[in-house]
Amino acid sequence: MRFGIVVFPGSNCDYDTLHVLKYVFKQEAFFLWHKDHDLKNADCVILPGGFSYGDYLRSGAIARFSPLMQEVKEFSLSGGIVLGICNGFQVLLELGLLPGAMLRNKNLKFLCQNVHLRIETTDTPFTNKGKPGQVLNIPIAHFDGNYYIDGPGLDKIKKNNQILLRYSSAEGHLTKEDNVNGSLDCIAGLVNENRNVLGMMPHPERASETLLGSRDGHIIFDSIIYYIKNDR
Amino acid sequence: MKVRVLVSFKESVLDPQGQAVKNALLTLGYDFIKDVRQGKVFELELNDISREEIDKVIPEISHKVLSNPIIERFEWEILK
Repeated sequence: MRFGIVVFPGSNCDYDTLHVLKYVFKQEAFFLWHKDHDLKNADCVILPGGFSYGDYLRSGAIARFSPLMQEVKEFSLSGGIVLGICNGFQVLLELGLLPGAMLRNKNLKFLCQNVHLRIETTDTPFTNKGKPGQVLNIPIAHFDGNYYIDGPGLDKIKKNNQILLRYSSAEGHLTKEDNVNGSLDCIAGLVNENRNVLGMMPHPERASETLLGSRDGHIIFDSIIYYIKNDR
Repeated sequence: MKVRVLVSFKESVLDPQGQAVKNALLTLGYDFIKDVRQGKVFELELNDISREEIDKVIPEISHKVLSNPIIERFEWEILK
């Protein structure tokens, strides 16, 4: 399976993602330069974490205008699997491939910590290896992860079952304390209506090796690999 | 020609930074402060361009680039 990882100036989780896909999951993985116009026949495109363009203007706002984003948009509209992690999620929101926007964390702090996430639906290419209600332990590292969407928008993503991951307690309860960044409805990750584009603030690539504390991120990558191999 | 664009959060969107500034002002004793909203200011210097074009293009770039219409609104004025 071929994973293309988009590199923007300021991306800093690109090498982690490449490492995990290549050496942990034994997949073909390669970088895609944001100024190119070629996805190199990737089966899955990943927008990694980092601080594209220094987060100037708004997080993800300038990366959105990178030449390669046109191809990523077309790829997603034709059903291609796209995963945006952290800053990649912010880019997908600015690009309009996912609904909503990010505000600064409610406590105005950069949050770098492990969080618990509850899987809300397994009916996606990204969570088919999980169980509904299963709790994952995956780290976050962001300043702008306070998800916002207006009332009608929230109703719509709920109705379509687009919310994939919610911040929760270790037991899977939704509490104010566990919703560390103040996200609306504890939203940590959501898919588009066609369910082929996922944006998530937590970093599954940082939770893929036991040595680094957690391998719960496997659910996400294993699901993608399974989906592309079988369900397509 | 210079144009100033002001971008701020919509009323319906919580502004945690504005809230922090408000709390700081209240702590300093300025107890008449009712609310604070924080925003961004852009000053654009333009080459020769007609007034009609400005009216068309400034709202366009404010909407497309300078603000995120989901959470922000903008207003603009010609400085000189």
